[in-house]
Amino acid sequence: MLNAVKQSWLTFRSIFTGMGVTIRHFFGPTVTLQYPDEKMELPKGARARLYVNIDDCIGCNLCARACPVNCIDIETVASTQDVDLGKTSTGNPKRFWLTRFDIDMAKCMYCDLCVHPCPTNCIYMVSEYEYSEYDRSNLVYHFSNLEPEMVAEVKDKAEKEAEQKKREREEMMRKKAEEKAQKELEAKKKAEEESNDKEKGEE
Amino acid sequence: MLEVISKETGNKEMVINMGPQHPSTHGVLRLELVLDGEIITKVRPNIGYLHRCFEKYAEQMDDYAKVIPYTDRMDYVSAINQEHGYVIALERMLELEVPERVEYIRVIMAEMQRIASHLLGIGAFGLDLGAFSPFLYLFTEREKILDIFERVTGARLLYNYFAVAGLMRDVHPEFKTDTAEFVKTFRPKIKELNDLLSYNKIFIKRTANIGVLPEKVALNYAASGPVLRGSGVEWDLRKNDPYSIYDKFDFEIPVGTGEVGTLGDCWDRYMVRVKEMEQSLRIIEQALDGMPDEGDVMEAIPKRIRPKEGEIYVRTETPRGELGYYIISDKSASPFRVKARAPSFVHLSMLPAISKGSLIADMVAIVGSIDIVLGEVDR
Amino acid sequence: MTEYVSHIHPVAAILVHAAIPLTIILVYALVAIWGERKIAGFIQDRLGPMRVGGWHGWAQSIADLLKLIQKEDIIPTDASRFLFKFAPFMMFAASYAAFAVIPFSSAYVGSMVNIGVFYLLAVTSLLTLSIIMAGWASNNKWSLLGGMRSAAQMVSYEVPTIASVLTVVLVAGSLNLMTVTEMQSGNDILGFLPNWFIFQNPFLIVAFIIFFISILAESHRVPFDLPESESELVAGYQTEYSGMRWAMFMLAEYADMLLLSLLGATLFFGGWNSPFGDFMAGPLWGFFWFMLKGLSLVIVMMWIRWTLPRYRVDQLMHICWSILIPLSFVNLVLTALWEVIF
Ligand code: SF4
Ligand code: SF4
Repeated sequence: MLNAVKQSWLTFRSIFTGMGVTIRHFFGPTVTLQYPDEKMELPKGARARLYVNIDDCIGCNLCARACPVNCIDIETVASTQDVDLGKTSTGNPKRFWLTRFDIDMAKCMYCDLCVHPCPTNCIYMVSEYEYSEYDRSNLVYHFSNLEPEMVAEVKDKAEKEAEQKKREREEMMRKKAEEKAQKELEAKKKAEEESNDKEKGEE
Repeated sequence: MLEVISKETGNKEMVINMGPQHPSTHGVLRLELVLDGEIITKVRPNIGYLHRCFEKYAEQMDDYAKVIPYTDRMDYVSAINQEHGYVIALERMLELEVPERVEYIRVIMAEMQRIASHLLGIGAFGLDLGAFSPFLYLFTEREKILDIFERVTGARLLYNYFAVAGLMRDVHPEFKTDTAEFVKTFRPKIKELNDLLSYNKIFIKRTANIGVLPEKVALNYAASGPVLRGSGVEWDLRKNDPYSIYDKFDFEIPVGTGEVGTLGDCWDRYMVRVKEMEQSLRIIEQALDGMPDEGDVMEAIPKRIRPKEGEIYVRTETPRGELGYYIISDKSASPFRVKARAPSFVHLSMLPAISKGSLIADMVAIVGSIDIVLGEVDR
Repeated sequence: MTEYVSHIHPVAAILVHAAIPLTIILVYALVAIWGERKIAGFIQDRLGPMRVGGWHGWAQSIADLLKLIQKEDIIPTDASRFLFKFAPFMMFAASYAAFAVIPFSSAYVGSMVNIGVFYLLAVTSLLTLSIIMAGWASNNKWSLLGGMRSAAQMVSYEVPTIASVLTVVLVAGSLNLMTVTEMQSGNDILGFLPNWFIFQNPFLIVAFIIFFISILAESHRVPFDLPESESELVAGYQTEYSGMRWAMFMLAEYADMLLLSLLGATLFFGGWNSPFGDFMAGPLWGFFWFMLKGLSLVIVMMWIRWTLPRYRVDQLMHICWSILIPLSFVNLVLTALWEVIF
């Protein structure tokens, strides 16, 4: 009996302690942020979205290779001899046209692994986080700034140059081969002559 | 499987599915319960709803470093601790020296993460028993930790912060003061939690003498972490098999005492977590004092990770228990095999043993008190 | 007012009498649901609803109601259709009908019956029936468990409720709630305290505590909200309900809460009597005081809800049968003795 009274008293006391805590919180400050009206400031270096400063990119593909989920898709075309793509702000020479630089943010897991290997520090995370889309395909970000015609032209040029180079190479090869053949022919002739000479001598 | 069970049961019993979409199964766990009235006569956990092939993925990657973000996703509540074990395993394989500053930052981050994880575990446990407000109070605190993490790592949940023999980026200059401030404001909150929940009589009634896990059973099932300590076994890898620089710190291992019920009941497991948070605060304070201010955290990171042929097993103490990584290397750039020994998985397997004969409401308490994370169970 | 209404046509009188409590319930439910969310929010360091309607989201409940009306009415294939559809209405009808005998003010009570308390307790026990009906008709295991639990709970807790109400009836000597209220007017205790029953003798304080705990259980509030405990039984007997039918349950639950609080206010806190004697008294002030007292009890119930965890079903039964029931009967006897002696 006494025990029951004591237990009930303890129960009530603990309940009132708890109610004291909650009433203190009732009058205490709130922590809610009224989201679209007020926004939390993301700290510097928050990892919310990838951004590529395409002017600095040299198309080295290191970032795509570092990505565990393969969400970076890079296509490069070698620049032709007649154009100079200039240098990046870090001083690396650019040698490729970036005909495609797509990042699929729907796949990206914000792991930051692509950021570190970049030699020109041109791929990095920004704190832009409000980019929901109704269609998943809109989450593929195209960073390449080349117009489609430009891409075609560049590709065409590159192809032509490649062809040219190939032809040149072939020409060279042919020349080499010809030279070789010539030499061989000469050698043969010589040999024949020599043998002829020998034969003559023998005769 | 359901049919097999229902054949075994007579007319008196009812088979009921708890989950995978049930408010208190902490994700996607499905429990098959055989009930006699409200008393559970049989329970069978069904897992696999969150299986993401972690181990197979790890073999598929072409770089050891690429596995680290995947380890985060095993136990997404304590991502830092998951990374910690993995990078330690690689460091031991490569026989690398880790700079002191890196070790200190790692310990601080790991202990903060432990607190964050316990806050979630405790809060969700309270929520399972119907106490809504403590959950949100604790979440507010957790939010503060995540804010600190966000400033340091840039992410709030899945950090990918530890690198082999280094860190992905250096901490910001105010890191020390931020953390010290948090430690200071967090201490009184533990007392408030005790007032509001831990020593509330109703809470005690719901958790004391429920789901008792005797020491012997716990050892037989290879339990670890707070679940094992709740049964009164003083076993903490940070002390018993020190890794990183944990041997430098002075802290205690809280164990279950059976203060309000039987040793090894839900309340003991719960209380071990509460006390562990205090110990983590102590470690953080000491680490903040000892942390060197200067030093490059990235200089020691190897360019290529190619361990020698061989294998290694490294275990660390995560908030849920012993997390082991077993890694086999075949000298190539990617692991030949990565196996994770997940504490949640082990603990879930004890569920049938400790919940037989209890009520549905107790089932909820027991699942909450072993604090599983389904991401880690299924991997 | 009652007399005035009965002079006009009887059908009109019935309609007026039906409309007054209904208006009160509906307005109260909208305010209370919003209020509960606000209280929960502030207790948990949040803000609660803030957007709809401008100032602190006061129109949130109205928006919710409109949304619920538009929702699809889903009935599970294997449900027992008639019972499933009928249960929510029966539940609301049970708590609504009980309002007939509540004296809202010195000038208005729906029906001046002399067995008011008895009628009220009898009608509210229909709630149990409707909950079992809902639980069983849903053909869902969780619903069934919720229904069974609630049946057990409400039947058990009716005993201490009735016993503690009886204590008051014993002191008052009447079952008519109007008479009970009238007996509590005046400020005579210790010279300034109002003549409310809670101050009249110590055993009535105990009776009030028992009564309050029991009404927490009867209206399924934490720590006794087992029939719908969301972490165990998903949503108990409401699991399969949606749209307006679910809203009816919600409404009935809030109405039940108000009803029992108002009953408590009538029995222990002097009903529509002003706490300051003749100051601020009168029919309209009476209504104000009455609602204030009732709503204070409701707010305390909400405060408790957002503080405590819930009991387990067997512990709930234990509290009822081995603590509250014996205590309430002992209390009843002691009160009787007190009445005989003084
Ligand atoms: S952040 Fe990670 S997942 Fe995203 S693109 Fe970079 S490497 Fe890939
Ligand atoms: S690593 Fe940097 S430079 Fe190289 S392709 Fe990626 S973004 Fe461009």
